Amino acid sequence: MIKLTRRGALAAGALAGLARPVLAQPRYPARPVQVIVPWGAGGGTDATARIVASLLEKEMGQPFNVVNRTGGSGVVGHAAIAQAAPDGYTIGMITVEICMMHWQGLTELKRTSYTPLALMNEDPPGVQVNAGSPYQDVKALSEAIKASRPGQLKASGTGQGGIWHLALAGWLGAIGLRADHVRWVPSNGAAPAMQDLAAGGLDLVTCSVPEARAIIEAGRARSLAIMAAQRNPQFPNVPTLNESLGITYSVGAWRGLAAPLNLPAPIAQQLTAALQKVYNGQEFKDFMNARGFAMTWGDAGQFERHMEQSDATLGAAMREAGLVRG
Amino acid sequence: MGTLLDALAMVAAADVLIAIMASAVYGLVVGSLPGLSATMATALLVPVTFYLSPIAAVATIITASAMAIFSGDIPGALMRIPGTPASAAYTDEAYAMTRKGQAELALGAGLWFSAIGGIVGTLSLVLMAPLLAEMALSFSTYEYFWLALLGLMCATLVARSSPIKAIASMLLGLLFACVGIENPGGVPRFTFGSTDLLGGIEVIPALVGVFAVSEVMRAMTTPEPPPLPRRRFGSILAGQWGLTKKYQWPMWRGNVIGIIIGVLPGAGADMAAWVSYAMSKRFSKEPEKFGTGHPEGLVEAGASNNASLASGWVPALLFGIPGDTITAIAIGVLYMKGLNPGPTLFTERASSMYALYIIFVLANIIMIPLGIAMIRLASLVLRAPRAAVMPVIVLICAVGSFATGNNLFSVMLVGLFGIIGFVMDRNGYPVAAMVLGIVMGTMVEQSFVTSLIKSDGDILPFFERPVSAVLAAMAIAALLWPVLVWAMRRLRHAEPA
Repeated sequence: MIKLTRRGALAAGALAGLARPVLAQPRYPARPVQVIVPWGAGGGTDATARIVASLLEKEMGQPFNVVNRTGGSGVVGHAAIAQAAPDGYTIGMITVEICMMHWQGLTELKRTSYTPLALMNEDPPGVQVNAGSPYQDVKALSEAIKASRPGQLKASGTGQGGIWHLALAGWLGAIGLRADHVRWVPSNGAAPAMQDLAAGGLDLVTCSVPEARAIIEAGRARSLAIMAAQRNPQFPNVPTLNESLGITYSVGAWRGLAAPLNLPAPIAQQLTAALQKVYNGQEFKDFMNARGFAMTWGDAGQFERHMEQSDATLGAAMREAGLVRG
Repeated sequence: MGTLLDALAMVAAADVLIAIMASAVYGLVVGSLPGLSATMATALLVPVTFYLSPIAAVATIITASAMAIFSGDIPGALMRIPGTPASAAYTDEAYAMTRKGQAELALGAGLWFSAIGGIVGTLSLVLMAPLLAEMALSFSTYEYFWLALLGLMCATLVARSSPIKAIASMLLGLLFACVGIENPGGVPRFTFGSTDLLGGIEVIPALVGVFAVSEVMRAMTTPEPPPLPRRRFGSILAGQWGLTKKYQWPMWRGNVIGIIIGVLPGAGADMAAWVSYAMSKRFSKEPEKFGTGHPEGLVEAGASNNASLASGWVPALLFGIPGDTITAIAIGVLYMKGLNPGPTLFTERASSMYALYIIFVLANIIMIPLGIAMIRLASLVLRAPRAAVMPVIVLICAVGSFATGNNLFSVMLVGLFGIIGFVMDRNGYPVAAMVLGIVMGTMVEQSFVTSLIKSDGDILPFFERPVSAVLAAMAIAALLWPVLVWAMRRLRHAEPA
């Protein structure tokens, strides 16, 4: 089966080569495409990229090979995508960190270094507390936060300056408090933070609900709210901040496909169209539901606006939290 | 009983059995290549699991990781190059046994006690999962700090050189662990503006460099050692029953330590092997024999790292919290296959759980015949001329380290650490202690700083919580013990005079 398509592709490539003087360009894609993932194999971004790549392969008839370019907290992989030749044979999965790292002075790269193709996913942060916590809803919790002295309550969910830290900082800003009113305890990701929450070492954790759900289902923690515009259909009992507190603050960890800057428009449109088919297909839906990832679609234009907004929101939250450098 | 039969039927399906066999061979090969760790073996399996049934998918991960942890011992014993970080603790010991002509005993011990450790670890998962999970949840950052500190102290216990040199090596490792942005403050340290250094110095390139590359360099600068007598390997399992009886107590201790460390999120097979090897030496009746080719430490640490592998699944299955980097990947696969971690997995999907238990046991049983075949194949390396083996090793190291991040930077790191390892080894500084420093450094710092943030800078909580108090007492006792011994000796010498 694979052999057949390869041979077919080779033939098509050869034909296209012959026809080159007439047709200005061979049909895209004429050879395998590389999909760069800035995060390690086995993680959520990697899994999403791999399922998208395998579905794109079906859609476009050429292998889409996932390559993990890790290191430098995502800088290395994001740089590899931006610096590749804009010929459509190197694309990549970029993540929310691209709207954060440049504020911290870690890299020159920002959202404008890419040709956006499509937004595939956005997970909003939730507010989780220990099952034995006295706060039954997010209203009670935010009252308690307002009444506490600065630094008395402790929260975690990711490293210093990570997306869930900014979620907390922005939320505190929205209820009129300083970003460090609740002290942030850096952790190596959501899982250790949830464990420490269950062990009684923390007051709240602001990671996404899917990341917390095993502990919640084990009856060790509760989710009080999510910081999103709408409820997550997979967790229909968790209200939004807007419903509970009347705050429209929302922020999220998103993932999308992008190519190097100046990708020719026909190729970009072709990729976006293929990605839309992938997004609407049953296989992608099944995968995202199984992992508990929230599906969010944005075509090239919407993705660009989404990144712009994300960049501004996160920049403000980081300035608020004193994380902006350089 | 019905669920058990269901489970047996699930495992006996053709696709599951094929998946187990194929991933067993795969795990053995990947684990034996320096630079390709058990974690890497698991990560590379993820895209394959997309196409497998749920039980087959989890079976590949269980089998491949168990095989890889064992087969990491093979290049360690044969060439003094550990295949995975979990084998680094006792590589020198196993190699010394090979030089004494006991290669089959060393490798057989690795195989036999790995299998026993894996099965005992599985039993702990079957019988005590809720209890162990409770223990894992009672560990906060304060407890982790003491645990990590105890782990670091193993450096001085394991080393055969002077403790001062071992501590110096360990501190150098801690310094390397400081590099990068992945520290509690999220501040880039020692990166000199390089994006490659932002991610810090990873364990795998450092390990491969100081062991494999420096070994190659040593081989280039020294005359070829007298070749080992050419002979066919004797029976691999022959001496093992004797060892099992002789070192029964260390073996059980290794199993228990492995289970406990495996259950604790964030501490995995690497740490289990180190702590067990150090314990073995500390409590041995003949500690002076350690490092000269003495199987006792191999028994204990070999059992320990495989036991930790099985018990690492406890928090993963019950709470979706990874016990180590391997289960971190496995959790993603569990979700994707609809086997969502949580207590309901044990009640509502009991037959799937039983199927996993059976796979664990099965994997550890087929490890023995497949492992023997692998050892026999690998032993051919001892006969090959050094000039042919060494370039291949360098090539494998380069490919393996490139594969960790598809990044040329880690290949350069391997070269750099090769030089560091060579210089250290020449001057009698144990490189294993440095690797331990890199492995544990992040955990020590992370747990210490976050604990202080949580307690608003107060030191007391480090001693207040019951578990942390016990661990603190152990750590301080271990720290003061050599001083006490020294003082006693001084006193005794002083009296007659």
